[in-house]
Amino acid sequence: MPVPALKAKDYKSDIKPVWCPGCGHFAVLSALTKAMAHLGLVKEKVAVVSGIGCSSRLPAYIDSYGFHGIHGRALAAASGLKAARPDLTVVVAGGDGDGFSIGGNHFLHACRRNMDMTYIVMDNEVYGMTKGQASPTTRPTWSNSKMTPHGTGIPCFNPAAIALAAGAGFIARGYSGQPSEMTRLLVEAIEYPGFAFVQVLSGCVTFRPDQRSWKEDVHPFINDVPTEDRIKAAQIIQADDGMATGVIYASQYPVWQPDNQKETELSLLEEEFDL
Amino acid sequence: MNKNQADDSSSSFSVAVTGSGGSGAVTTGRILLEAAAYSGFQGLMTRSAGPQIRGGESAAMVRFSADPVECMGDQYDLLVALDWLNIERFADEIPLSDKSLILCDPAAGEVPVLLRSNGAEIREVPFKVFASGLPEGRLNMVALGAAAVICGLELSAMEVGVRRVLASKGEQVVETALRALGLGYNHDQRPAKTMPLPGKQDNVWSITGNQACGVGALRGGVRFVAAYPITPASEILEWLAPRLEKLGGSLLQAEDELASINMIIGASFGGVPSLTATSGPGLSLMVEGLGLALVSETPVTVVNVMRGGPSTGIPTKSEQSDLNIALYGLHGDAPHLVFAPLSIRDCVFTTQWAVQLAEHLQTISLVLSDQSLGQSRAIVETPSALDLPWRRTIEASPDGDYRRYQITAENISAMTLPGTPGGMYTADGLEHNVRGTPSSMAVDHREQLNKRLRKLEDFDFGDEWAEIEGEGTQCIITWGSSAGVVKEVAWQFRQQGNAIRTIAIRLLAPLQRRALSQAIEGMNRILVVEQNHGGQLFQYLCAQDVLPMTASSLAQPGPLPLRPGRILRALDE
Repeated sequence: MPVPALKAKDYKSDIKPVWCPGCGHFAVLSALTKAMAHLGLVKEKVAVVSGIGCSSRLPAYIDSYGFHGIHGRALAAASGLKAARPDLTVVVAGGDGDGFSIGGNHFLHACRRNMDMTYIVMDNEVYGMTKGQASPTTRPTWSNSKMTPHGTGIPCFNPAAIALAAGAGFIARGYSGQPSEMTRLLVEAIEYPGFAFVQVLSGCVTFRPDQRSWKEDVHPFINDVPTEDRIKAAQIIQADDGMATGVIYASQYPVWQPDNQKETELSLLEEEFDL
Repeated sequence: MNKNQADDSSSSFSVAVTGSGGSGAVTTGRILLEAAAYSGFQGLMTRSAGPQIRGGESAAMVRFSADPVECMGDQYDLLVALDWLNIERFADEIPLSDKSLILCDPAAGEVPVLLRSNGAEIREVPFKVFASGLPEGRLNMVALGAAAVICGLELSAMEVGVRRVLASKGEQVVETALRALGLGYNHDQRPAKTMPLPGKQDNVWSITGNQACGVGALRGGVRFVAAYPITPASEILEWLAPRLEKLGGSLLQAEDELASINMIIGASFGGVPSLTATSGPGLSLMVEGLGLALVSETPVTVVNVMRGGPSTGIPTKSEQSDLNIALYGLHGDAPHLVFAPLSIRDCVFTTQWAVQLAEHLQTISLVLSDQSLGQSRAIVETPSALDLPWRRTIEASPDGDYRRYQITAENISAMTLPGTPGGMYTADGLEHNVRGTPSSMAVDHREQLNKRLRKLEDFDFGDEWAEIEGEGTQCIITWGSSAGVVKEVAWQFRQQGNAIRTIAIRLLAPLQRRALSQAIEGMNRILVVEQNHGGQLFQYLCAQDVLPMTASSLAQPGPLPLRPGRILRALDE
């Protein structure tokens, strides 16, 4: 008997999000469940992995297997899971602080390791859970945090440029205020065979009310995107103001996955120690 | 082990081979050990090296006996000096006496006063002259031949050793080595002391402690490892990588230790028993991840091969100074398992036991090996394959009301694996309720704290928590690698007609308080022996209130090994 197709709401758990009313992350959650429904993913064959932060609460809100780990280490946990369980669809979710600051090293190496998984970073340029400190993507002059009363004074992290330099084969940017485009990006990212990086501009209503202007600021890329050309992708990313949305770069690199074919028994391996 | 170094009729023989970089001291020691093994002896080879990456002076210390050998003795019977460069760096690691013999080449210059002063006999053999008579001839093989005579080993056994160790270098190298060996062997036929050759034994392994931990991991079911290279643990990883592949598993070289611990947690969440190996600095980086594994009840095992600390410390030399971090390093109330293998051979059992108990109890196991076990090679009776019953409890067909952290009689809850319909849950480092939903309520916190404590406290670990030997009213308590030297002390003590009890602790946490209290009942002299500066085991046992006020501590930091004489003196104090 054919099983009726699952709808987006079927992929939502019954746990109520801790997010503030109006938070951009609600739209990301909704787009992710729509993408899962569109792809017809089997719920129990999906694992959503995260670290710490507002956006990292997402796994509990999806009705699938989830792993809510520690700050910055989501990609590491996800890489171990995927290496051990290549049959699973692995989605990693987190924020800009989790992914680009405390977890920055794992971001670099996940890009170059190119395991088949999707990494969604909900970027609101602020640490929301700890009540409004500057993150790596915060503009240097933003001085609303008591911890950096004069602003950070240092240039912000450019996630797309760094992902490209580190070897990611799929780089996209979406905006939480454009849910249908975001859904399309996530569908493409999940379908992409390899490490797919999706930066989502997802505003923080509480600590960055100024981000309401994003609605006017976002725009499509002026160049033809996506490109398969790494040099062109670099030019597009460097020329961009960080507010253009769409798939920027989609190319193919060898996917890393251990070969798990068993070919011998342990007792035979142990014979090497015999005298 | 059964021997007495001070006595000429002793049943063990100790050899140190020293030389500058490239002289082949370690290869020489290894061949000697293999030849002794082929002659039926058991044995141990430890190594010492300077800090250089490649080259630089190195030393191999070999001791063999008809009985198990688990430590180096107080003195060496023979020093084979391939040359005298930088020998002063090893002088305090190679105690000699007037009963010792120094084998050297007159062409290398005078025997340094530092070594001559104790009255050792000097036997000179022209290594260099003999070696230069052969194309590509190497003087260490000449020295090996001469040493074999002094050790009382037969030429045929030496030839087997040469072939085993040098086979990978090609037939030409083997042939030249055998000729050089013969020249050294036939030069001077006076043996130093004769021990009866036991004859080749069956069921014997030649294995290092790091390899033995690898074997234990595989026997325990580990099929995923993620790790970052570190001295002196890397050999575990290098041994495991190709073998895991052949067994359908894999090893992932991580970008750092923060990644390795989280990678194995991810893999274990996926249902594959997982392990990492590291040393002190790496363990420090992993501690946050260990807390995550513990709270999410995702089983993982960490083998920590201890070296001199803190900080970068002395990376190439042994010390038992990570007990404190292993016991107390985690924040929050975080009961978990801490083990220490008691010998190279025991690395197999202890690691297997640790892995399977982590799986069964859904917690973290820390295994405290150290450099002296990990990078030493032993000739030992083959550790038999054990089918331990401990496995992870898996829920394969949940009934629709699945609760990942259900409170049960044993406080172990069945775990579903991704892919199982109806068993979906989110594992979390946040405190949670029985369903795994994050909770900051006092009732849930207390319930889960109790669960995680009781599952360990109520578990019956059996008799394997320690090795207890001997009777009497005096007692030595020790742990991990120091068990070897303590065993030897006990043997010497009994040889003198005295009774002594030894307790070597293999399971450090949870401490088996009741069993330990019973084991020390009636003792009027208790000495706690360990290789660190702070007396970490002693402090732990005091904190747990199991020791009487009269108990005392012998804590000697690395890098020098604990020697039997030092412990015997401490017992007299």
